[in-house]
Amino acid sequence: MNNTTDGAMDLRFTPAQEEFRAEARHWLAANSPAPGSLPSLDTPHGFEAHRAWEQTMFADRWSVVSWPEEFGGRDVGILEWLIFEEEYWRIQAPVRVSQNGVFLLAPTMFEFGTDAQKARFLPPMASGEEIWCQGWSEPDAGSDLAGIRSRAERAPDDDGWLLTGQKTWASRGAYAEWCFGLFRTDPDAQRHRGLTYFLMAMDSPGVTVRPIPQIDGEPGFAEIFFDSVFVPDSQVLGGVGQGWSVAMATAGSERGLSLRSPARYTEAVSRLVSLYAERLDRDPARAARSADAVAQAWMDAEAYRLNTYWTACRVLAGGTVGPEASANKIHWSETDLAIYRAALGLLGPEAELTGGGGVAGNPWLDGFLFALAGPIYAGTNEIQRNVVAERLLGLPRA
Amino acid sequence: MRFAFTEQQTEFRDAVRQVLTKVCTPDALRAAFDTPAARTERWTTLAEMGVVGLTVPEPQGGLGLDLLDLVPLLEEAGRSALPEPLIETTALAAPLLAAFESGQAVDWLERIASGEVTAAVAPVDVISRSVGSTAGEAAVPAAVGADLYILSSASGVHAVPSTDVTVTPVPSLDPTRRLGTIDWEPTTTTLIASGEDAREALAHLADRASVATAAELLGLADRMISIAAAYAKERNQFGKPIGSFQAVKHLLAGAQVKLEFARPAVYGAAWSLGQVELAGSPSGSRGASLAKAYASDAATEAARVSLQVHGAIGYTWECDLHLYLKRAWALAESWGSSADHRSRILASLVDELHQTQS
Repeated sequence: MNNTTDGAMDLRFTPAQEEFRAEARHWLAANSPAPGSLPSLDTPHGFEAHRAWEQTMFADRWSVVSWPEEFGGRDVGILEWLIFEEEYWRIQAPVRVSQNGVFLLAPTMFEFGTDAQKARFLPPMASGEEIWCQGWSEPDAGSDLAGIRSRAERAPDDDGWLLTGQKTWASRGAYAEWCFGLFRTDPDAQRHRGLTYFLMAMDSPGVTVRPIPQIDGEPGFAEIFFDSVFVPDSQVLGGVGQGWSVAMATAGSERGLSLRSPARYTEAVSRLVSLYAERLDRDPARAARSADAVAQAWMDAEAYRLNTYWTACRVLAGGTVGPEASANKIHWSETDLAIYRAALGLLGPEAELTGGGGVAGNPWLDGFLFALAGPIYAGTNEIQRNVVAERLLGLPRA
Repeated sequence: MRFAFTEQQTEFRDAVRQVLTKVCTPDALRAAFDTPAARTERWTTLAEMGVVGLTVPEPQGGLGLDLLDLVPLLEEAGRSALPEPLIETTALAAPLLAAFESGQAVDWLERIASGEVTAAVAPVDVISRSVGSTAGEAAVPAAVGADLYILSSASGVHAVPSTDVTVTPVPSLDPTRRLGTIDWEPTTTTLIASGEDAREALAHLADRASVATAAELLGLADRMISIAAAYAKERNQFGKPIGSFQAVKHLLAGAQVKLEFARPAVYGAAWSLGQVELAGSPSGSRGASLAKAYASDAATEAARVSLQVHGAIGYTWECDLHLYLKRAWALAESWGSSADHRSRILASLVDELHQTQS
């Protein structure tokens, strides 16, 4: 890595970084499936097609560029990861079916996992051989995640735990091989205490999965029922009873830098501007009415890009991302929505058309439905505003 | 990539903040509202610190630095709602004079660095990049009592001394804006740039002014949010601080998020304008527009919610809040409103698209 960490401000990339970009661009151009050519990853067929793409990337060490080489990565820094993402989204490569594992669990495992856990779980996660879903929410624990009731008791042979309870809204839950989540190991402890972070095989006896069709009709998430599911001690991540602080590291990743690279938005707004230009020729009056919204969406994406690089440089200089992650989550989720709402406004009466092949037949509509989930998952934006007010502005808790 | 300010830049910012906290208090602002003045003791203090001459070349007694170095200081000027014309004099007039090395420009630069003169700069329409707007000649900020006027005519850009102009004051909601219309006759002695040089200078002026004004708006937004957050912590209703209510929290959090995302937009734009290959380019100008639109929206949102959080007391002359609100409202519409800049961005993006397609 050639990052300058002192000296004057300079927003240009180093020659080494540009070389890395060129290499990524070249490889993606040669290997990435054509945009939109894979079936939805929420269908059984589409899930396997996306898994195959992960395997293709892994074979040439492009699936997890920021990871250490021993786990299949290239050991590059955060700026290189952002460069890779720019190229990935520029060419409109497929959505990452492994993202729950790669972007949410992996950072936690690097921080809290044992060497044996890293060796066991990270390589198949990187290759797509094992896809992960997350078991956070429960019917009575959504925004109030500390209200988790699913419990774990010591197994009779004292070599592990028996998990009982219900998780819900588990993205990729319908097809995933593995699940990570929080269970209450101390029934007497309240709220954030007495929780433990577990790694569960979805084919364990006692696991029942019930897929839940999402708003687009596809089973994008699932309910998972646990009935005395045995999980060995080797699949506890972090200490017993430490689950909350371990999980919050993952939540920080989901809200903050690692899941949402700016490239997906800068790429989407560039397509939005093309749509605007096309409509400007065909229906100038309607286009003019949407002009302000299109420009605002472009600005929101560009401001997000600049803020991401600003934050990345702060992290490289030794800074940390705390409550700023909440501001970040609010911004990217609202940006995503702003982009697709502007597009639907340009499309007018065409906005609702699916072409008969399901929502995916209208990428703008599909993107709009996807964007609507953003302000809800990873902690609703209302919860994030509380965090910003309390931790950035010092306002008192209720 | 190193997207951060240097230690030197942040230290200078901290020093300026410390001084302005003492000499630009709300009471001082009230005095400035009563008797607005171009040059004050405060201005002399800032000149002595090197702030006023920051962009003046070293041979003329300045620090020879650029807009990027000035941006953190403009944020501090905004935070304190500094009434003196740092944008006009240091961000705009000095770099423009320094670009044209005439004898009179050198003389003006020396006098700027020493704190003897303040400048007024006739606004350039950010869309047409011509002087004034289609709605007619705009009033010029910092005009009343200025020593130097940067004005444009068909012949080019002029540096005009106060002896050659007649200024008619135009009342503003914020009296420290010292708005005025200017009556003058262009002459060859005041001409500093003509032809293509002048056109380019005016285009750069619009971008620089957008970014400099955006920087002040960042500081203003930050100040308004912190005044309101402090009030929300101490004001009790229903037996608890109003800041503990989600409705109040969400107002302030919304403004804070806008501000957080406006900052890197302004810093990135300031850096771009300092790069020969980016300054004046479509991408550099879009960055400047993004900075101004985002900072304007962040500041007007901060103004609206900080007033709302205060309730009726915020609506009084007695409460200090209005001193900052009024500047924010004025600057938000100055050098292009956020709607103007959105329009400029979109036109530029569509132009670029057509160029790559043809």
